[in-house]
Formats: sequence, structure tokens, C-alpha cells
Amino acid sequence: MSAQKTEDRAPAGPTTPEADRSAPLNPFGSCPLPIFDHPQIVLGHGSGGKLSAELIDKVFVSRFRNPTLDRMDDQAILDIAGTRLAFTTDSFVVTPIFFPGGDIGSLAVNGTVNDLAVGGATPLYLAAAFILEEGLAASELARVADSMAAAAQNAGVQLVTGDTKVVNRGKGDKVFITTTGIGHVDRPTRLSADRARPGDRILLSGYIGDHGITILSQREGLEFESSLASDCAALHGLIKAMLDEAEAAGDLKGIRVMRDPTRGGVATVLNEIAVRSGAGMYLREPHIPVRESVRGACEMLGLDPLYVANEGKIVAIVAPQIADRVLAAMQAHPLGADSCIIGEVIEQPSGMVLMKTNVGGTRVVDVLFGEQLPRIC
Amino acid sequence: MKYLDEYRDGDIAAKLVERIRRVQTKPWVIMEVCGGQTHSIVKNGIDHLLPRDVELVHGPGCPVCVTPLEMIDKAHAIARRPDVIFCSFGDMLRVPGSDGDLFSIKSKGGDVRVVYSPLDCLKIAKANPDKQVVFFAIGFETTAPANAMLAWQARQMGLKNVSLLVSHVLVPPAMEAILSSPENRVQGFLGPGHVCAVVGYTEYEPLAERFHVPIVVTGFEPIDILEGVLMVIDQLEAGRGEVENQYSRVLDRGGNRPAQDLIGKVFQVTDRKWRGVGTIPGSGFQLREPFRAFDAEFRFSVSTIDTQEPAVCIAGQILQGIRKPHDCPAFGTECTPQHPLGATMVSAEGACAAYYAYGRHLKDHDLVSIGGGR
Repeated sequence: MSAQKTEDRAPAGPTTPEADRSAPLNPFGSCPLPIFDHPQIVLGHGSGGKLSAELIDKVFVSRFRNPTLDRMDDQAILDIAGTRLAFTTDSFVVTPIFFPGGDIGSLAVNGTVNDLAVGGATPLYLAAAFILEEGLAASELARVADSMAAAAQNAGVQLVTGDTKVVNRGKGDKVFITTTGIGHVDRPTRLSADRARPGDRILLSGYIGDHGITILSQREGLEFESSLASDCAALHGLIKAMLDEAEAAGDLKGIRVMRDPTRGGVATVLNEIAVRSGAGMYLREPHIPVRESVRGACEMLGLDPLYVANEGKIVAIVAPQIADRVLAAMQAHPLGADSCIIGEVIEQPSGMVLMKTNVGGTRVVDVLFGEQLPRIC
Repeated sequence: MKYLDEYRDGDIAAKLVERIRRVQTKPWVIMEVCGGQTHSIVKNGIDHLLPRDVELVHGPGCPVCVTPLEMIDKAHAIARRPDVIFCSFGDMLRVPGSDGDLFSIKSKGGDVRVVYSPLDCLKIAKANPDKQVVFFAIGFETTAPANAMLAWQARQMGLKNVSLLVSHVLVPPAMEAILSSPENRVQGFLGPGHVCAVVGYTEYEPLAERFHVPIVVTGFEPIDILEGVLMVIDQLEAGRGEVENQYSRVLDRGGNRPAQDLIGKVFQVTDRKWRGVGTIPGSGFQLREPFRAFDAEFRFSVSTIDTQEPAVCIAGQILQGIRKPHDCPAFGTECTPQHPLGATMVSAEGACAAYYAYGRHLKDHDLVSIGGGR
């Protein structure tokens, strides 16, 4: 996943001052546990949570700083000789490489197509780089390539350049794919994570958590059966329908933000938007669609579906005057049939996501620190 | 979802809150013993539904939080060994010891694995005969049967490469310690539903009688908790101090006998150290003599590790319900889930982490005003 995907500052909540290992913690004296930073990369650095944000900020953003990168959206929008181009890249390391509803190949094409589409672009061209592990069955690679070709055709993009490397057995995990995409922003959209305004509606294109739970259910050691499939899909058509509707309503800029809530889930994306826009988010738990099977798996594993990955969903922040029209357009599209409004943007508390719970309480939906860890009991 | 949605129904919740308001005439302090209950309370915002004068305080029932630092250090010493596959429940991985956490050990090449069941270790051991598979057997009575089953089956199968690092603790001695403390504020308890599903609640009856304190064995869904609170307040207002069972759809007075038999065969009661509380006599389990060969402390000679915890730490007071997370000056500033200072901030069940994750780092009145009227 690209650097653009992660927030450039600590999201919701109080700031965390850099810990000073030597200073005693006053005023309540020393603490039973030391403060520490990870001197090595740990898995949590790839989780999409606060650890990822900290890593990207400290290591990458500080070194590559420029106005385009600083937008920290899912794609860069570049103005080249009067043409607006969307440009993005993403790496795919999913295990297992084949899963119900897709495989690493379709995921690699659709993921990058979606990152272009949520920037308001028509996806055009892809580059693909493959890192293959010695010993990978050629037939499996062919299956992945077939799947990529089908996904590219479906998304109307051409794979126009690429690269292949092979690493020693044990130095990779079958196949890693990086796709890079270019798209044309052919209408005067203004989509950016800093444009949410109080009163805007929060639209979601369907059931959450299908992809993440499908992948988990396939992993060794979990062994729960389900009929779930990944929601892996190219969203350019659904997004075009939304933009067409907004344009027809004479309010193209009323679609303020679009994101695909992949790693880190809906909660992480909404927190990023809240922080970037300096606004709050207010969700209604009963309105958030979660399949029974996903809820069941989350209950069993101690996970929260709001943080589970999706690969075929859109979260959109839409101005109130066109929200119902855009919602209807989404519901009319096969990939958006279960779309709904899950909440609205509020003024305060700025930079935070709140949720009215099913029983009527209110909680804060924060950004996770690292990976979601299953609870003991 | 059947059997769950009924217990998360907003209308039923509102009715229970209304009944609590009708019954309650005086201020009361009620402790939910179990970490799972704490998690549910803050995740669903239940404490904000209650009358202002009903205070919920969070008990010592988060197994990760009460595991002492020296036990974490022992675990890390074992996990660092190149010949070991170290298996643990997930939320133990982020608990820092004196030098890093299990995630750091993994990033340096240690083989650390999250398991969902202790019995997964048997499969791992059979698949890796040249490695020592060690399971970090923490928890209360709830996890004891499955952990006991690991030792039992490993012995039956004659597996030489499986062992358990046991840090098991028991609820009733901790409740007794809390009630005996001169600083105690707790007037009634939501008893631990899952613990009692295993061992029943006969052990709680002498406590209720001796301290004249209501103990209502309670489940984990919002409706369970609200009903448990109502039952405790009913008793308090009537001047009663008895054990009652809110969670009757899951457990009865005697608990799960086959599970108790297995626990009795594998474990015996021992003194255990609790983080922030110190040693409580008879408050934990250790492996019985026939299973000593499966004790990782002896197999890897780590029983001499004796890390001292500084005496001054609010985590201990939080675990006893004497203070609340945001009474701590470090809460939400120096101490966050990103940089946890204490285990109560590390585990999702820990009182501090639960408060932080679900927004209690705002002042209580802020959240009420935010949530109000919507």
C-alpha cells in the first residue's frame, strides 16, 4: 500500500509526546513498564494504524516532502500540460494467494484501479511488478496472470509495462505483486480528504469486513468454515455513476471525499478524513451494514468489523443537498445495491469519530495502534 | 444475530435504565470483576446510560493486565531462544517486559505465534519435532480447562517438546483482597460470568456473607450488564448481600463439573503475584506433580528471574477499583496504547486501554454533552 494512504499526523486523540526513556515519570513516580520504541520493523508497522502512520511520517514523508505528497490521498493528482492525471501504486502480499471471491491477481488490478477511481479518475493504464519465490508452480502464476487479465479487461485498463524478479526459496511468499496505475481526471472534481464539512453525509456502499474475514477464515490454524467471499471488485463504474449523478445535479464538488476502506477498515479511513478536515464524524451503529457471518466471526475472534479490510467498498462524504440523489445512484448500481448513509460530519469534537451504539450509548471509534489482536476471552 | 441481538436491544436497554433510575435512591459503587465486562461497558457506552450516582469501577479481571512483570520477562527469555516456538493468546504480544515485547522478539527472528486455542500447540509440536513448543498459559478459571487439556493431552501423547509457562490466577481471592483493603470503596459486584460458567458460584457465597456484599454473576452483553446492575442495586437498596445469578442462560450454581475435574487433576492452588497488587495467598494455579515435566519455568530454568515492580504505580489501584484511569496524570498523554506504561493500557480488556479506545480520555461531562440529544 502506498505512502499516500496513511495519515501525516497522529489521528484522533491526544498527542503522544516523544517518550524520554531517561526521565522519571512524574508525578506518580516510576511505572512498572518501560517506554520503548521498536528498533526493528514489526508487523504492526504494516497494519494501517498508528504504528504505520508513525513509520511513514518519520521515515518517508520527512524525506520526500512536497505539496502533492502532503495531500496524503490514495492517489496523487498531477497537472501535466493542462491534463489532470491520477497516479498511484500499491503492493499486494496476501496469503493465501487464492481465496473465495478473488486472488492476488484480481486484487492487484482492482486495488490500484480503485485508488485511481476514488480520485475521480477514469483508470487507463497499469504497470505490474512481480517478485516470485523460487519453487512457485508455473501453473499458479499463470492462473494469477489470467485473473489479472480478466480484471484489467473488466476495469477497462491495459497493462502496458512490467517487471519480474525471482528470489530464493524462503525469501518471499510465492508471489508479491506491485501495481502502478495512471488515470485521467476528465471532469472538474474536487476530491480530497480535507474537504469534509459539518452537515455532510457519510455514505457507505455496502456490507463491511467481507474481505478481511474471508482471508482470516482461509488461514492455517483458524479452521472456521463460512460461505463468505471477498468483496474484491473494481469500483470505477460505481464511482462514475456517483459523479454523473452529482454532475447532473449541478453539484459535482458536492462529492467531497471518496476512499476505499481497505487495510484498517472504515474506522481508519473516517479518522483520517476527520483529522484532515478538522471535523468530527458521527456514526450510527445500527445503520452500518455487517453480514451475520462477519459479525459472528468477529465475535468469535474478538475483532471489530469497523477495522476489518474491504476490497470493494467506498466511503464517500457527500454534501447534504445531493446526498439522497447520490445514494440512489449508488443503490441502482450492482456494486452499490446495499449502500446506505451511516452518519454525518459534525463540527466538534474535531478530528474524532464518535458512534451512537445500538444500546444508545456513545463511544469514540479511534485509530488502532497496530494490528487488531484477538482478545484472550 | 440470534442469541446476541436480543441482548443488545436499545429498547430493552432503555427500559432497564428506567427501572434502575426508579429503584436507586442512594449513591452506589459497583465493580465489574471481569475484563470482558469492562470492555463491553465502554464499547457500548453503558456507564453513560446509568444515573450519575451509580459508579462502575473496573476490577482485576483482565488476565493480561494482572500478569506480573517478572512472568513477562520469563516468557520473553524463553521466546528469545532459537530452539523455541512460543505460543500465546494475541493480546499478550504487545505487553512490554523489561526489554521489549513479543512483537520485537518476533521481528528479531524469534518464532512467536498467536494461537486461538491452547490445543493448537499440540499440532505445532507434532509438526516441529526438533523445536520446543511453549504455551503462555495465562488467564482466570475461564481458560484453565483448555490450558489443563493441553498439559493432559501432551502427557497422554508422550510429547516431549511441549510445555506450559503457567501464570494462572483465581477470582475469589482477588475479590477477598479488594474487600479486605482499608481503602475499599466497592459496595457490590458484577460477578464474572465466564469464570462461573466453569467453576460455578459456590465459592462466592462465603464472600457475600462475610462482607455482606451483593455479588450478581453477570454476562457480557449490554442487557446482561444493565440487568446485573439492576439486581445489585436492588440488593443494596434492600440491605441484602447475596449471590445471585443473572447469567442463568449459561451457568448454574455448580458450574461445569467435567471441566472442574480436569482442572483438579492437572492444577493445584498456589500463591501468585498480581501486577500492582503483590502476592495474594492461594490465588493461582500451578501444575501438579505428575505434570511438572511440562512446566516451562523448570524446563528452561527461568524460575530465578525475579523482576521487581516499583511500589508506586496507579495500575495497581486501578485494578483494585480504588482509582479510575483518568485519575492518572499520565493517562492519554505519556501513556497511550501506542506507548503503554502499564499493562492496563496494553490489553483491550485493560481498564486504561478500554477507556482510551472508547473515548474516556475526554472528560466524562464532555462525552455526555457530545452524545446527548442525538
